[in-house]
Amino acid sequence: MLLLKKIITAVVVYIFTSQVHAALTIDITQGVEGALPIAIVPFVWEGNQDLPEDVTAVIRADLQRSGRFAPVADEDLVDRPTVGSKVNFQTWRVLNVDNLVVGKIVLLKDGNYQVQFQLFDIYKAIQLAGYSIKSSKKGLRRTAHRISDIIYEKLMGVKGAFDTQIAYVTVIKKGEAKTKLYKLAVADSDGHNERIIYSSIQPVLSPSWSPDGRFIAYVAYARGRPELYIQNVYTRRTKRLTSYQGLNNAPAWSPNGKNLAVTLSKDGNPEIYILDVETSKLTRITRNYAIDTEPAWFPDGKGLVFTSDRGGGPQIYQVDLGRRGASGKVKRLSYEGSYNARASISPDGKKVAMVHRVDDAFHIGVLDLKTEHMTVLTESNLDESPSFAPNGSMIIYATEYDNKGVLSAVSVDGRARQRLSFQKGDVREPAWSPFKTR
Amino acid sequence: MRRLLELLLISALSLTMAACSTAGKKDEEASAEAEGTATEAGMLAGDSEENLSKRVIYFEFDSSVVKSEYQDVLTAHAEYIAGHADITVVLEGHADERGSREYNIALGERRAKAVQQLLTLQGVAQKQLQVISFGEERPVALGHDESAWSLNRRVELLYSGE
Repeated sequence: MLLLKKIITAVVVYIFTSQVHAALTIDITQGVEGALPIAIVPFVWEGNQDLPEDVTAVIRADLQRSGRFAPVADEDLVDRPTVGSKVNFQTWRVLNVDNLVVGKIVLLKDGNYQVQFQLFDIYKAIQLAGYSIKSSKKGLRRTAHRISDIIYEKLMGVKGAFDTQIAYVTVIKKGEAKTKLYKLAVADSDGHNERIIYSSIQPVLSPSWSPDGRFIAYVAYARGRPELYIQNVYTRRTKRLTSYQGLNNAPAWSPNGKNLAVTLSKDGNPEIYILDVETSKLTRITRNYAIDTEPAWFPDGKGLVFTSDRGGGPQIYQVDLGRRGASGKVKRLSYEGSYNARASISPDGKKVAMVHRVDDAFHIGVLDLKTEHMTVLTESNLDESPSFAPNGSMIIYATEYDNKGVLSAVSVDGRARQRLSFQKGDVREPAWSPFKTR
Repeated sequence: MRRLLELLLISALSLTMAACSTAGKKDEEASAEAEGTATEAGMLAGDSEENLSKRVIYFEFDSSVVKSEYQDVLTAHAEYIAGHADITVVLEGHADERGSREYNIALGERRAKAVQQLLTLQGVAQKQLQVISFGEERPVALGHDESAWSLNRRVELLYSGE
């Protein structure tokens, strides 16, 4: 009977290719004092029909969400210039606004749009950036994110990460309480434009992006037990990578895109291996009777961090990788607290975010590798799966709110926080994509 | 050699459908001797049935230690499984929702393997047991408190062919 059940579940794996616009709300749960005031004048649009996408609103929401900016509310805009030549800097100085964005959108004869914008420094009375971006109708949202990225980089000196994506898992209960539908989804960094790339009634977990953003590795129980898969995000083509006895879990794509660090228990207990994606050749990294799992790469590819309970409870350890994957010495990184797990390394390799237990609550903590200081970033409970934005500014994670699994994002300094709530089901295991290459 | 004899004995006995519990006991005694452990063999039939009806072993947080209260339950299962060579049992390991998902999958596997070891020590053939961990993916209780968590930290014995 069990075998029959297994065969049936193996067959019942749906692959959806539909585009779904999830009903998403973003609540800023904690703003930042001293965020930079910026005025974004609604971009001029002289078309006969409504603009298919409110570009200004997308930019304003992006900047607000970062926690670094305090966009001036629409009704407080004292003036609405459309081009730089009409900007009266004195007017804006009175409002204590540091920066101003103006723009214009024009419908071209070929059906595409031309989006022009200018960014000004009010006090210096100079233009900091001015671009004209051609965009398809479908691409207007992405164009808005790219404008946000330009503004962010000009004013913060760090690349923006608005024009990126997040992968996550949603779980929806079906009919009788025991059946669930698991979906692996990819959406824009603001949660819009959701696409389901894999769907199953068996658990799906641990998505990991390839460094070129084209593939996602994940764990699926499609055949009744955990196996490792990789899938092309665009073509949806899927390949099963490993199916060893026991665990085939916790994939983490290497910075050069050639390998996955994975957890296998085929040799008796969970150990970290490096798997060559092309040849499936394995190199064993850890040798310990304890649990070793949840590997994450340093950006230079020369080492991993992982979770191990070799010292009793779970803690974060570091292992150096020699040439050809031969592993060097293992060093314990986390000391504060009785439970530290599921590390995510910042893009500059200087910080490690992790699930960090304080008393009976599970928060996201971030460990500074140089000072060895741990900062607790969240106040909610059951926080898990931290993932750094590719510019290192924010960490997205999963938590519980109102009895539902939701995603939240927090700035690395812990000062800005927001919650992304989807209308349906539990959302978990966010993985922030690398910068876009397409 | 002894192991081979045991297996032959078990299959011979189960083929003739004779006295299953005897086979189980013989196997257990032989195994106990082989492993040098002192397992209590004497057990009333009524207790055994009640113990066999218990198919979930519960654990403490972040622990894969099988509590002593489950010794009789697992002994009863070991006898029964060892006595029925055609039976296979899936040991499904689970964890509560706290902490990280992948660590919990590893923890669920270690729990299931702890149960597996206790069964094989008492004469169950390795091939009759299959270990699968679901970590925190399949909770039986949905609350976010200890009363729910304690029910979710478990290993389920799932008999096939029933």
